[in-house]
Amino acid sequence: PPAHSRRDWIGPPDKHSNLRPVIFYVPPEESALERRLREARQEAQASNQRFWARHNRAFRQEKEEFIYSRLKAKGLEMRDESGQKATLNAEEMADFYKDFLSKNFKKHLQYNRDWYKQNFRITFLMGQVALVRALRWLRRRKKNVEQ
Amino acid sequence: GLFVWRLRNTGARQIPCRLVRLYHVASYRLITFQYFNFLKRMYVTQCNKDLSQRAKPKSDSIVSAFHELQQLDQEKKVVHKISSVSPVHQSWSEMSSRNELREMKSAAETEDSVIAGGAESKEDRQWKEMKLRLDDLPGILARLSKIKLTALVVSTASAGFAMAPVPFELTCFLLASLGTGLASCAANSINQFFEVPFDSNMNRTKNRPLVRGQISPLLAVCFAASCGIPGIALLTLGVNPLTGALGAFNIFLYTCCYTPLKRMSIANTWVGAVVGAIPPVMGWTAATGSLDAGALLLGGILYSWQFPHFNALSWGLREDYSRGGYCMMSVTHPGLCRRVALRHCLALIGLSTVAPVLNITTWTFPVISLPINLYISYLGFRFYRDADRSSSRKLFFCSLWHLPMLLLVMFTCKKSVLEKEDKGELRGGSHEMAMEIRLP
Repeated sequence: PPAHSRRDWIGPPDKHSNLRPVIFYVPPEESALERRLREARQEAQASNQRFWARHNRAFRQEKEEFIYSRLKAKGLEMRDESGQKATLNAEEMADFYKDFLSKNFKKHLQYNRDWYKQNFRITFLMGQVALVRALRWLRRRKKNVEQ
Repeated sequence: GLFVWRLRNTGARQIPCRLVRLYHVASYRLITFQYFNFLKRMYVTQCNKDLSQRAKPKSDSIVSAFHELQQLDQEKKVVHKISSVSPVHQSWSEMSSRNELREMKSAAETEDSVIAGGAESKEDRQWKEMKLRLDDLPGILARLSKIKLTALVVSTASAGFAMAPVPFELTCFLLASLGTGLASCAANSINQFFEVPFDSNMNRTKNRPLVRGQISPLLAVCFAASCGIPGIALLTLGVNPLTGALGAFNIFLYTCCYTPLKRMSIANTWVGAVVGAIPPVMGWTAATGSLDAGALLLGGILYSWQFPHFNALSWGLREDYSRGGYCMMSVTHPGLCRRVALRHCLALIGLSTVAPVLNITTWTFPVISLPINLYISYLGFRFYRDADRSSSRKLFFCSLWHLPMLLLVMFTCKKSVLEKEDKGELRGGSHEMAMEIRLP
């Protein structure tokens, strides 16, 4: 994002976590409230990024391992004669999906709780910041009118 | 029949792309496929640089996916009305292509199906300023409120209104529709507000406004409040308190029960089916002011219909569900998934037979609807027995036309308690239910 920009910028989805990173603009006259908001958003972004990157990596890895072990059991190689990667069909993968979901169930429950808390907190702070800004703007207008 | 698809080429990797949205700049090309001859792998052709806005006439029936994975993050219920044949095909293709793209993804079995953005348009790869542009706002809000799904929900509510055995009142009808639409917008917005990181990880939903940062969460909540509160107020004060209460309850059920439950237990599917069943009940209570057997029957029909529809759809999306952490029957209890789908197909036959008993329709209704109900039950049985992609797809596609047809037949077999003039008024008054066929 350009150096002179006075706004936040959002980027393309991350390769591992599929989340879009945000670069936050720090205004020189940032109030304490605004700083709390920005820090909350940065923290949430970092922790979400960590979670999903790790989670998706684990998924891909375990999926590979599963395919490998199943192919081995069937007596096939990972790549066939033409060099194409061998895959299992959906029904065979179903066991893996079920397994993966149940293995990560508790992890997801915990993440859900954290995510909801983050989301509410950030939105509430946004509301407060917006309110303060609106009041400030109104006060400025009143002063202009009086002058 | 022919389906018209929009797919995008991604160069070397032939990953089917998502459907182009109305305001989005994208490149695509139309491809036509034979309906019942789907190959396992769909091949995409090149794209051209055309930008065309697809204007859909409002009277078109569109079927939306249940559970957008939104998973399918799950979107919601499907509702539909058919007004004529060709728009139906086109709308089926839209709908099904959206679903199909997801299905195709799992069918293609690419390991990298989780790569978001991938070969999307250049714009997607760039860094964007997080600034709200006013001229983009209508499009953003339309996507936030899932406007197409809302339109379908409103049409099921109007179906409920139309089936009620009372004289048709236009103002009441319009107020009820508007109130239901606003309530649906509010519920959908809150749903998207809750599901941002999950939506980012699912192909179907990764282009939603909150995911892309086009709108702030605060604005999304304000929008939801500014739709929901007037919507419910309109229903309570302008129609009747019962309808308002149902509307408020439905919003609560969808946002606070269904959405979190999706990640906790498979019971979400049943809750979601209730959410889909309530709009026609609301339409009925708007017309009559009371919750009687007819309302419950109509709700029951929609409730039962959700299962073959959603369970068949979710069969092809197991990978995304598993990775996204969604608890769906198709992943955790596949046998149950198919049993429930079949059970509810059969229930539809039963419910259709109850309709004349409750004096909602004549006895011609169960007779005429029997073929389509039997057909969907047959596909449900095939799905139960074969448990593969092709049977799930067949069942899903059948459900797309089954419901509009059933509602249409129901309406034509409606027991005319009142004079014929009311029937005529009904037909003229509701553009969403354009009747192309003659009454028997």
